[in-house]
Amino acid sequence: MQVLQNIGTYVIVFCVGGLLCAIAEILIVRTKLTPARILVIFLIAGIVLEAVGVYDYIFKVCQAGISVPIVGFGAALAKGSIEAARTVGFIGAFAGGLARTAYGVGIAVVMSYIVTLVFNPRTK
Amino acid sequence: MRENTDVIKVRNAAYNKYVNNVTPKTNIAKAIFHSFAIGGITCVIGQAIGDIVLLIAPDTPKDMVSNITSMILVSVAILFTGLGFFDVIARQGGAGSFLPITGFANAMASASMEFKTEGLIFGTSVKMFSVVGPVVVNGIVWSSLAGLINLCILGMY
Repeated sequence: MQVLQNIGTYVIVFCVGGLLCAIAEILIVRTKLTPARILVIFLIAGIVLEAVGVYDYIFKVCQAGISVPIVGFGAALAKGSIEAARTVGFIGAFAGGLARTAYGVGIAVVMSYIVTLVFNPRTK
Repeated sequence: MRENTDVIKVRNAAYNKYVNNVTPKTNIAKAIFHSFAIGGITCVIGQAIGDIVLLIAPDTPKDMVSNITSMILVSVAILFTGLGFFDVIARQGGAGSFLPITGFANAMASASMEFKTEGLIFGTSVKMFSVVGPVVVNGIVWSSLAGLINLCILGMY
């Protein structure tokens, strides 16, 4: 039973993650939006979902399908900010989001720097 | 003068037609399917990493699991960017390669690598956020707003 449940979760994860990317691809093809704009649109969608309080219910069903795309990054920012605002006061709203996502952003900056030092850019 | 603008208009129309003919027609259904598959696979890998972390250390809090998952995904994506594998994925994947957190990492690493020739301070360090800057800035601004609005609504009662 446990195995079946796991397989079901993975199927849902695959479908939801794929669907989000397919929507983004349709947006690119149809409306000629640049990738950066689409990233920002999905990010703000994640922040709004978290702020409204829907994100937790979606996350329970689709797990990594919604948290690996940039929507999850936005939701983590908003969640950190809201939590810090509740515990610390209104100063916390400015720091909470960064503190929560600092793991990912920090390792991205450090790894990018190391990779830049080690590898040379190749000509395309 | 009037005739001249007409000539230019006709020429522009002809040129636009030529450009439309020459631009390779992307097969939309195929592109959507590719991005669906690549995005789905990336999310499944993320889910698998989270499950493996939970298998190794069952007591890890849920927030930490998602943090570790995104950290591993980001480091692998940046390593792939450095080794040149990510270009292969991105050419096929389209939106499937840039919407997940791996695309965020790839944009950062490729921008910083591209400007390595301009020096580590004014090349790499300055240009690192040239692509992902909008995401970070909008994320911080809107999430701070979300926190403030939430506090205002809660503070009323």
